[in-house]
Amino acid sequence: MIATVPLALTDLGLAALLVLANAAVDLVLRLGLGRRLLLAAVRAAVQLALLGWVLGLVFETEGPGAVLLVTLVMATVAGVEAVRRGSRRVPGIFAASIGVMLVSSFAVTSYGLLVVLDIPEPWYTPQYAVPLLGMVLGNALNGISLGLDAALEGFDEDRARVELLLAHGATRREAAAPVLRRAARRGMIPILNAMIAVGVISVPGMMTGQLLAGADPETAARYQLFILFAIAGGVALGTIGVVLAAERLVFDERDRLRVDRIRRLES
Amino acid sequence: MGSLEVRGLTRAPWWRDLDLALKEGEIAVLRGPSGSGKTLLLRALADLDPVDAGEVSLDGRAREATAPPMWRRAVRYAQQGAPCLPGTVEENVAAVATLLNVSPTPAPGLDPRADAGRLSGGEAQRLALHRALLGAPKVLLLDEVTAALDRDAAAEAEARVQAFAREGGSVLWVSHDVALAQRLGAREVSL
Repeated sequence: MIATVPLALTDLGLAALLVLANAAVDLVLRLGLGRRLLLAAVRAAVQLALLGWVLGLVFETEGPGAVLLVTLVMATVAGVEAVRRGSRRVPGIFAASIGVMLVSSFAVTSYGLLVVLDIPEPWYTPQYAVPLLGMVLGNALNGISLGLDAALEGFDEDRARVELLLAHGATRREAAAPVLRRAARRGMIPILNAMIAVGVISVPGMMTGQLLAGADPETAARYQLFILFAIAGGVALGTIGVVLAAERLVFDERDRLRVDRIRRLES
Repeated sequence: MGSLEVRGLTRAPWWRDLDLALKEGEIAVLRGPSGSGKTLLLRALADLDPVDAGEVSLDGRAREATAPPMWRRAVRYAQQGAPCLPGTVEENVAAVATLLNVSPTPAPGLDPRADAGRLSGGEAQRLALHRALLGAPKVLLLDEVTAALDRDAAAEAEARVQAFAREGGSVLWVSHDVALAQRLGAREVSL
């Protein structure tokens, strides 16, 4: 294995010069993005420094408590963010989104750790569990927010067709099926596209990190594929889960489509 | 078959303590100013909208004792605006026939291969009435289903509804056509 080149803080300072290119474009074209650019760069630096610090603490702990806590916090933040990105809300959707995020990422990560990697250490060893969970969550977030938004939009805008089916004796599931199918597709298409493009159009972030950290390319590629499959699994579970949760929340106990529960946000 | 009873139905602020009885074979025309909740009443009877209070029963059986899909098969609502499913006229009829577990029958006066999304308002209403009559419902709740039809087509639609009533079905029909009740020999109900 090639040795990892250590990255000192002064090196990061040099890297920060690259952001000056953005600043130059901003100045020349008068985009008015100066404050935002500064804020984004500082935020990224602070957040990653915090992540490094927290992971350092977590890596030193023994027992599953710390990993479970990190999982809970990350899934909660991701669940809230998935709803916040959408243009419509329905009561109960935050809890549902967090729950779906937790279950789907936890299921996929445990499968990856216990079955695929079959690591000799306990499954909750933070060095494996936390990064895998982070990759799955970050990508499931995308699918879940797209699927959720498409589902609520579908029920809201396609109400007449859903009710046409209901009025002719369809069950809730039969009436909702066209909307659910469209929403699930919308949630899953980005990861399918990513799988098609990977390696040809882009060198994925995880593999880049591994290569820079000294891993040999074949191992890095294998890990990347494993991560990609784990992400695809997380996205599929999460998208289906949140789309079904949305269905439950917009229908009532007599299978009535309650569009009055859907709140549109100002865009 | 087809005796619908409504007691104390309330949906504030539209209507309160509404009583209504439709006997077998009876056609009633529901009238009232715009915004008085006529469509809302039909939707509530089809169990597509909730009410604040009240009871609805069909042939003496309470609505709550019937599963929603079974209730809506029996108490059939034809929506205002006559929306269509994607696909052709034939596919629209087939989709509904499959839900109702009956054989599809061709919609009279319509090209079965026509794209349902491109039908005129009147054609869509003919399709909607045809769908609503599939699978022998007991009650028809019609929401302006002939508003876009010319006189001949409207007469044909009215004849289909009258034939349905002669077989024991009951009908509650929302219409702005002032002469409809008289033509059908129907009772008028005001909201």
